[in-house]
This record gives sequence, C-alpha cells and structure tokens, in this order.
Amino acid sequence: MGKYKFLEDRAIADAAFEAEGKSLEELFEACAQATFEVMAETDTVEAKNKEEIQLKSDDLEELLFNWLAELIYLKDLKATLFNKYQINIEKPGGYELRASIWGEPIDAEKHKVKVDVKAVTYHLLEVKKSDDKWIAKVILDI
Amino acid sequence: MQMNKIQEGVWEIPKTEKDGMRVPARIFASEKLIEIMDKGVFDQITNVACLPGIQKNALCMPDGHWGYGFPIGGVAAFSTKDGMISPGGIGFDINCGVRLIRTDLTLEEVKPKMETLMDTLFKLVPAGVGSRGIVKLNSSTFKEVMIKGVDWCIENGYGWQEDRDRIEEGGHMKGANPSKVSQKAISRGIDQLGTLGSGNHYLEIQVGLADQIYDPEIAKVYDVSKPDQIFVMVHCGSRGFGHQIATDYLQIFLNAMKKYGIRILDKELACAPFNSSEGQDYFSAMVCAANSAFANRQVITHRIREGFSEVFNKDARDLGMHIVYDVAHNIAKIEKHNLDGEEKEVIVHRKGATRSFPPNHLAVTDVYREVGQPVIVGGSMETGSYLLAGTQKAYDMTFGSTCHGAGRVMSRMAAKRKVRGTELRQRMTERGMVVRAVSMSGLAEEAGLAYKNIDEVVKAVDSIGISKKVLQLRPLGSIKG
Repeated sequence: MGKYKFLEDRAIADAAFEAEGKSLEELFEACAQATFEVMAETDTVEAKNKEEIQLKSDDLEELLFNWLAELIYLKDLKATLFNKYQINIEKPGGYELRASIWGEPIDAEKHKVKVDVKAVTYHLLEVKKSDDKWIAKVILDI
Repeated sequence: MQMNKIQEGVWEIPKTEKDGMRVPARIFASEKLIEIMDKGVFDQITNVACLPGIQKNALCMPDGHWGYGFPIGGVAAFSTKDGMISPGGIGFDINCGVRLIRTDLTLEEVKPKMETLMDTLFKLVPAGVGSRGIVKLNSSTFKEVMIKGVDWCIENGYGWQEDRDRIEEGGHMKGANPSKVSQKAISRGIDQLGTLGSGNHYLEIQVGLADQIYDPEIAKVYDVSKPDQIFVMVHCGSRGFGHQIATDYLQIFLNAMKKYGIRILDKELACAPFNSSEGQDYFSAMVCAANSAFANRQVITHRIREGFSEVFNKDARDLGMHIVYDVAHNIAKIEKHNLDGEEKEVIVHRKGATRSFPPNHLAVTDVYREVGQPVIVGGSMETGSYLLAGTQKAYDMTFGSTCHGAGRVMSRMAAKRKVRGTELRQRMTERGMVVRAVSMSGLAEEAGLAYKNIDEVVKAVDSIGISKKVLQLRPLGSIKG
C-alpha cells in the first residue's frame, strides 16, 4: 500500500502532495487517494460502483497527469467519489495503464466533502524512482 | 533578482535578469505589498517575459501571488500576428469572474431577515463538491449556451433584457466554436449550469455604507449611491466544463510545442502561436467556456432574484435588483492597444486580473461609457470587497488591467492549521455575519488571515491610477461551497 502526505509550502492557492509506493501501481493508487482526500474524507466512501479506465502515455509524468485528470473527470461525470483501485501498469513501448476503480455517488454530508479539485497541473510535477520506491509530487488546482 | 523602482508603485525586472527574457517584467505594488509578495511571482512573471511575441512588458498586479505557469495577477499581451496563446495564462477556471447585483433594500430592511434570506439562497444556489444545477441541458442546448452565453439565458427566462448591457462583452464573446470542445468537456459540464463550485468561490450579501462611497459621481452612474444599500456578489467560473477544456488543451499544446519548436521554462506555460490551428482551436473552445461562465453567473443571478423575491414578498424588479456589472478575471481577449505610437491588435491574457477600461472606450457598455467600466474586486469573506472604475492610466500602463482580489498569502494547509472552520464561523457570527458553508474545512481555508489586506491592494491600484476607488462593500452573509 502506497502512502501520501500533503505539502504546505509547494502551493499557495492550490493543494500539493507527495506520494510514494513500492511499485508504480502503488504510487498511482496513493496519488488517487490523495486527490480524493482533498475533496472529502475518503474513509467514509464505500466501494459500490465500478468504473474502468484505460490510458496510454509516452512518459510517466504524462501518464500520472492523465490518470488524475481521468479521475477528476469521472468525479464530475458520475458525481462519484472513489476510494478503491486495482491498477495495472505495463511498458510494452510507451506506458499502458488499466484500472478498475470503485466508489459511490457524492453525498456531501456522509462524505464530509471539503474542496473541489478543478484539475491536475503540470506545475512542479515529478515522478521518480529513488532506491526501492517510486515518488511523485503533484499540485492540484483548487 | 534585481528590481528597479520605475515610479511610485511600479517595479521593473530588467531583461538581463533571466536568460531568454524578451521584455522586462513589471510589478505594480506598494512598498508594503512588494515586501510580502512571494518570490515565486518574480520567477513566474520573468518566465512569462520569455514567451515569443510578448509585447512591451510582462505584468503582475498588486494582489499577485505564486500560481502555476503565469503567477496569479499576471497580465501579458501577445501580437495576434506572431504571438502566442497560453492556457496557463488564463487558468483552468476559464472566465472565473465576479458579478455584483444591486438592490433598493437597505441594511435596516435586510438585517432582521438575514437568516431566512441566507437559508433560501443556500437552497436555491447549489454549492460544493458534486453539486448539480437546475437547468436541464442536452448537448444541443448546451452548444447554444456556448455560443450565446447570457443571451441564451435571457431567451429561456433566466434573465432580463437589460442584463446583457451590464456584463463584460455583453455576456457573450464572439468566436465560440463548440466543435472545438471535447465530448468529455460537454459531458462533464452539462449538469453544472447555475452552480457555485467551491474553493474561493462564494455568494455574498454585502452592504455599501454611506461613508464608504469614495466617488459619489461615479457611484451615481453605477446606481450604487444609496446609503446602506444592500448588494449581492457572486464569484465563480465555468465549472467542470472550463476545467476540462483547459486540461484537454494543455495536453494538445504540449505536443504542438514540439511541432513549432517552442522552448518554455515550465510545462504550465505550454503555448502555441495564436494563428496556428491549435491556437485558434483553443481560443474558440475557451470562448465556449467563457460564455458558459457568463451563463452560469446569469442562472445564479436568476435564482438570487427568486430568493429575494420570496423572502421580501416583492418582485425582483420592484426590489431594484439590477446587475451592476460582471467581470471576467481569468481570460484572454483580442484587444487593440497603443504600442510604440501605433495601434496594434493583441491577445491580452489576464489570469487573476481584471479589465479596467477607461471612460469613452467603445468596449465599455453605453450605460457606463462616460465614467469607465466598473471593476469588481472580490475580497476575502471576512474583510470585504470593492467597486472601482476603469481609467486611462490602466489603458496606457497595463493593457487596461488591474487587480482582481486580495490575493492569497497563506497556503490552504497553513490556514487550516491556524483556524478551524467551526471557530471561524463562530467568530464571523459574533461579528454579526451569517455564514452558510457546505464544508467547514473549506471555510477555514478561506479565512481572512490567508489573504493580503484588500484595503492595501486597492489603495495601491488607486494611487498608481490603474483604477479608481468608488465604493467599499462590507460582507453581511457568505455562502461557501
């Protein structure tokens, strides 16, 4: 299981976090968790509805950007918060991501909603491998 | 970074300060504001100064702070012939803006009904994460909204004929092309017309006290000079629709830059020649989002009028609920400006900056042409807001631009550590304010202490002369998403 922490001095009007995982899959899961934790208390979200995501990107930063952009899009489209992810990332040439994600329709009271995330940004976006773990830094537009 | 004082309130970073700068950068701020301005602003505004086709100066307003790509408060004009357009110079929330609605009501009349009024408005204007609007659109009617903006609302019963004359661009910009908008953007935004959103967006009931009218003559023309007059201010943008368009085109532009061989210092400054197919496609999609944002604030206005009508048992017209004005502060516009003694067509990017056009400018609505356009500066929910007027000096010095708000100084996390939402609400209630918030932590992030002193910001733009103080507004009630 990956983990994340919010960063205080990396953005003023927006939300910044650093996430890490032993694998790319764990890293991407942690980034998704952080993104939804900005919007609500994710431990109140039940894994009721399932969505599928498939993405292809040339590099890892673009893949992470597209992954979070897709989650933010689905949040509005389905008016749903997500909190369970099954991710598979392969690199046949470029990167390919396939994921099943679960969540439930947004209930402001039940999920103790916080602030909406408008978009993921490329500002200071980083994905890198350090020793045996993957680390990413992300800034979300609020 | 070296910074020279050019005149009182104007600071210049010369071209020699960063490799690749094509023009100097200029920051408009008092001594006090320049001291507290975060260093990210200087780095980001000098990055903007490196973009191809930039004219005269890269500018930052006194409420400027660190953003991504452009700083918030950034203004830059590019030649439409050989300059760039950059989604990062506009922001993800295309046509985020502020609308001010006047009433004939006074503080004395509204005070006893504040709780009921706020409950009514909180019910009528959906706010917060996941909220959906009351207007049911299909993809064909949504495309009409993209093209017609506020006109669509008026035709469909969400506004008055006169409303369009009191909105920047008449409530719809020309050049919208819905075929340049992705299906994703359409499906993301189709249910959100008439919603406030969250973050720093708000709906406020405000009062203009008699001793806070700074320019009685202009206040009279804006019809805001009644002592203790009640106003409603709405701050929001194009919602998921605009955010998706910005996200889509950021990716398109990053690819286009390889094609055009453009080098930039920050991916969020991704840009393409305004005249390229990518540049033109983005501009027509951006206009779709801008028009939907004008429409969003229009539908909210309609609901506000309904709410007041219900609470005061009087038709909104009889309550004098005219729009004062509506400004866009995240936008790019084609305008004509004087450059080296010549009138040139440029695409002016304003990201967290407001247009501030002078008296007698043809782009200023007939209603206000003699005094210049109203400039609405939304402050934090604790400190209040201002109504200013556009000036010739702004036209000459800042491509007709001024500040847009107070400007943040403290991160969202730091603000939450300093104050809890429930405490803040308590404090505001003790001061006589009525607060309705979907999220308590969201409320804490917007505490007054997270922002610069708006009085200081407005004093700066007024004394530099890039807008003129007309009226100060005090908050009475605040709705937050």
